[in-house]
Amino acid sequence: MWRYIGRKLAVYLLTFVVAVTINWMIPRFMPGDPVRSMLSRASISDPEALERMNSYYNELFGLDTPLWQQYLSFWAGLFRGDLGISIMLYPEPVIDIILRAVPYTLAVLLPAILLSWIVGNRFGAYAARSKILDNTILPVGYVLTATPYMWLALLLAWAFAVVLGWFPVANGYSFSLIPAFTWEFIWDLVMHWFLPFLSMFVVALGGWAIGMRNMIIYELEADYSNYLQALGAPRKLIRRYAFRNAMLPQITGLAVQLGTIIAGALLTEIVFNYPGLGSLILDSLTNRDFFLLQGIFLFVVVGVLIANFIIDIVYVLVDPRTRVQMTGGAA
Amino acid sequence: MTDVAGAPGADGAKAPEPAAERKVSETLHFARRNPKLLIGSSIVLGLLLIGLIGPFFVGDDPNAYVGPQSEPPSGEYWLGTTSFGQDIWAQFVYGLRSTFLIGVFGGGVAFVIGTAIGFVAGYKGGIVDEILNMITNVVLVLPAMVVLIVAVAYLDARGVFIQGMFIGLTSWPWAARAVRSQTLSLATRDFVDLARLSGRRTWRIITTEVAPNMSSYLVMTFILLFGSAILIAAGLDFIGLGPTNGVSLGLMLESAVAWSALQLEMWWWFIPPGLGITTLVGSLYILNVGLDEVFNPKLREL
Repeated sequence: MWRYIGRKLAVYLLTFVVAVTINWMIPRFMPGDPVRSMLSRASISDPEALERMNSYYNELFGLDTPLWQQYLSFWAGLFRGDLGISIMLYPEPVIDIILRAVPYTLAVLLPAILLSWIVGNRFGAYAARSKILDNTILPVGYVLTATPYMWLALLLAWAFAVVLGWFPVANGYSFSLIPAFTWEFIWDLVMHWFLPFLSMFVVALGGWAIGMRNMIIYELEADYSNYLQALGAPRKLIRRYAFRNAMLPQITGLAVQLGTIIAGALLTEIVFNYPGLGSLILDSLTNRDFFLLQGIFLFVVVGVLIANFIIDIVYVLVDPRTRVQMTGGAA
Repeated sequence: MTDVAGAPGADGAKAPEPAAERKVSETLHFARRNPKLLIGSSIVLGLLLIGLIGPFFVGDDPNAYVGPQSEPPSGEYWLGTTSFGQDIWAQFVYGLRSTFLIGVFGGGVAFVIGTAIGFVAGYKGGIVDEILNMITNVVLVLPAMVVLIVAVAYLDARGVFIQGMFIGLTSWPWAARAVRSQTLSLATRDFVDLARLSGRRTWRIITTEVAPNMSSYLVMTFILLFGSAILIAAGLDFIGLGPTNGVSLGLMLESAVAWSALQLEMWWWFIPPGLGITTLVGSLYILNVGLDEVFNPKLREL
C-alpha cells in the first residue's frame, strides 16, 4: 500500500512542478509583452499607479535577471503565498481575491460532485437490471453527458428564473441585503445557490449512471457471477457482489473526471454570475489581469491534486486488494 | 491522422479473403439491425450535411446585420434574429461547420498523440512504459480546460486550428491509457512474437499486427475524442476564447449571454446552438454504444 501511495504522491508532485512551470513559462515565451498589454488594456487612468505597477511587475518578473533565477524566484514567491497583485482590483493581492471566491465555488462543487456520484451510481445499477429501464436511462444519460454545462445552466435559468420566477437569475446573494448571519440572508444565499448546483448535478449525473451501468453489466458477465448463479445463489446476492466490485472503478472515475467537473463548475458560475472562481476567470480575462488568471490556475491545480489524493486514500480504504497487500507486506 | 486510422483498413484487406468477407458481412448484418447505431449515425450525418451544404444557401457572412432586430423564428428567418438583426439560422449552419472542424482536428490531434503513446508504452514495456506512463498520469491529473484557458488567453491570433491543436495537446491521456492496456494484452500473443522474431521494425509491427486487431476499438476512441473536443471548444468559446473572427456554436452562446438574451426571453438565441452541440455529441456517444454492440458479441443479448 505504501508503494502505491508513494507512486501516487510522486505523480502529484511532478504534476505540481509541471503546472507551476507551465504557469511560469506561458507569459515569458508567448509572443508580445504581457505586462505592457495588461497595463494598456486595464485602463488605469492614474499615471502614478500605472508607473508603480509597471515597476512592480518588472521587478516581480525580474526581467533583467537570467531565466533560471527568474524561475527560482517564482517558486520562492509561491511558497511565501505571493501570487502577485491584481490589476483589475489594484492593489489587492491576488491570493486575497481568490480566497474570497473559493467558498462559493466549493459550495456548488462539493455537493454537486458527491450527490451526482451517489445518485448516478444508483440509477446505473438500476439500469443494468432490466431492458426497459436500460433503454430509457441509457439514452438520457448519454444526452446528459453530451450537454455542455453552460447550456443546461442557461436552460434552467431561463425556465426557473426568468419564466417561472422561482429563483433569482444571477449573483451570489441579493445586493439589497448586507451579508450577515441571519436567516433572511442564509435563505437568500440558498436560493441563489440552488440553480448553479442543480445544473452541475444534472449534467454530472448522466456520466456516473452510464459508467455504473457498464461496469455492472461487465461484472455480471464475470466468472464469479456465473459461478454463483450455477451454485443457485439468489440474484439479489449476485447483484450485490457485482455492485461492490463495480464501485471501485467508479472511484477511480471520480478522480479522472474531477478536472472536467471543475471546468464545468467554472462555466456554470459564469452563466449565473455566481461569485466563485469561474466568474473571477471571466473577469480576469476581460480585464487582461493575467496575474489573477495565473493565480486561479495554480489554485485550481492544487485543489485538483488534493482532491485526487483524497480519492486515492479512499480507494485504498475500500479496495480489499490493496488492503491485503498491506497486511501481506506486514506478515 | 490518416496514417494511423488508415492503417487497419488497408491491412485488413490482406487477410484471407473468405474469412474477412464473412466477418464483414456479419458485422454489416448486426450493424443494420442495431437501432442505436442507425439512429446515432443518421443524426450525425444529417447534422454534417446541414453544416456542409447549409452555408451555400445563406449569405456569405453569417454575422452580417441582415434583418429586423430581436425577431422570433418565422418563415423568413427560420431561427429568428439576434438583438442586432443577425440571422441565427445562418450563424447556426456556419457554427455547425466549425464545430465539425474543431472536432475532427482537435480529436484527431489527441487521437494521434494518444494512440502513439499508448502503442509504444504497451508494446515496448519496461522503462519506456514507465516514463510514458508517468507523463500520461501527469497530463491526466492536470485539469485540461483550466490549462487551456491560461494558454489560450495569451494568444493574440486565435483560429480553429490553433484551438484544435491546444485541445489535442491536453486531451489525449485517457486515450493513451486505454490503447496501452489493449496493446499490452495483444503484445504477448503468438502472431506478434512471430513478427518480432522475423525482425520487423517496431513501428511496422504496431501498424500491421497490433493496430488492425483493435481497429474497432480505435474507431470508438476517435469518436469519443471527437465528441469531447467539441465540448471543450464550446466551453472555451463561451468564455470568450474562441476564434477571433468567425462563428461557432459556442460563440453564439457567448454572445447570447453577453447581450442578455436570457433576461429578454429571446430563447431562440440560446437554445439552437446548445441543442446543436448536445444533439451532435449525444448522437456520437449513442452511435458509439451501437458500434460497441456490433463489434462485441457479448453485449448483443442485453
